[in-house]
Amino acid sequence: MITQPVIAKLEQSQLRSDLPEFRVGDTVRVHYKIVEGEKERVQVFQGIVLKRHRAGVRSTFTVRKVSFGIGVERIFLQHSPRIDKVEVVSKGVVRRGRLFYLRELAGKAARVRDEKDQ
Amino acid sequence: MNQHPGILGKKLGMTQFFDEKGEVVRCTVVHAGCVVVAKRTQEKDGYSALVLGLGERKEKHTNKPLAGIYKKAGQTPKRLLKEIRLPAEEVAKYEVGEKVAVDKVFKVGQFVDAQGRTRGRGFTGVMRRWSFAGGVGSHGTHEYFRHGGSIGTNMTPGRTLPGLKMPGHYGDETVTILNLKIAKLIPEDDLVLVEGGIPGAKNTIITLRGAVKKRGGVKA
Repeated sequence: MITQPVIAKLEQSQLRSDLPEFRVGDTVRVHYKIVEGEKERVQVFQGIVLKRHRAGVRSTFTVRKVSFGIGVERIFLQHSPRIDKVEVVSKGVVRRGRLFYLRELAGKAARVRDEKDQ
Repeated sequence: MNQHPGILGKKLGMTQFFDEKGEVVRCTVVHAGCVVVAKRTQEKDGYSALVLGLGERKEKHTNKPLAGIYKKAGQTPKRLLKEIRLPAEEVAKYEVGEKVAVDKVFKVGQFVDAQGRTRGRGFTGVMRRWSFAGGVGSHGTHEYFRHGGSIGTNMTPGRTLPGLKMPGHYGDETVTILNLKIAKLIPEDDLVLVEGGIPGAKNTIITLRGAVKKRGGVKA
């Protein structure tokens, strides 16, 4: 689909380019700004990137972690100003674009090979 | 009748942006850029209104009576002309030949009504047109899956009542959506960003006017 040029221009100004390059399978730490009443604080969410949805301003990425034995997934809007920063903890080696199979796995089986171990 | 100021515009499509709170605002982009072609006044016409023109039309496609109107306004021929009824004091704010600036008509956060023509869907069954449930898929049903069911009683009244929901032509009708919020105004590019959807496909002509039924909203 060709984006209408005027809309493309509007969306261009919304994009942020300060996030590091990361891919599906990487382990990332997402620093997310949370507003509680008056105060604003930063919450960190660390996990494996399951999916990246690349769609201009509407781009999102899904991060999965296992918290107290329960799998938690969060979908972040990639260009949201609420994202303080994203750190890439480790690069993973995966053979597909969507890691939904990790949901079925637990413990040792749910790991992703690290790039450094190659 | 809607007596609030408004504009004519073309729907460009939808987009989203992040507001100052970091929340996503989904909105429709309307390209305005309409021009005042003439005025209607109480003394001369018996009512007051602005005649707005939008888009461009080729000289050779403009017949002589129409060309006269544009010549009088000192304008190139427009694709569309539409009158917008306004109180006399509102009409006085605009000059003939003036391009209607979006920030002159609207304020950010104001509520507006958006009118457009919906996509034509052709001859449509009752399930899509009226959201009927259709028939059951099993229990011996035979060739009666997407039907509407009964259309009335037997002897009394012995006819089908008028106005019953049935299959037929759907879409291509003028629809007004009330109380949409103005999300953003970009006067340099004549753009109005309205929160939410507006009827019609891309390039549909849209009329945006101040909301008639909103109470307590920001008045223009």
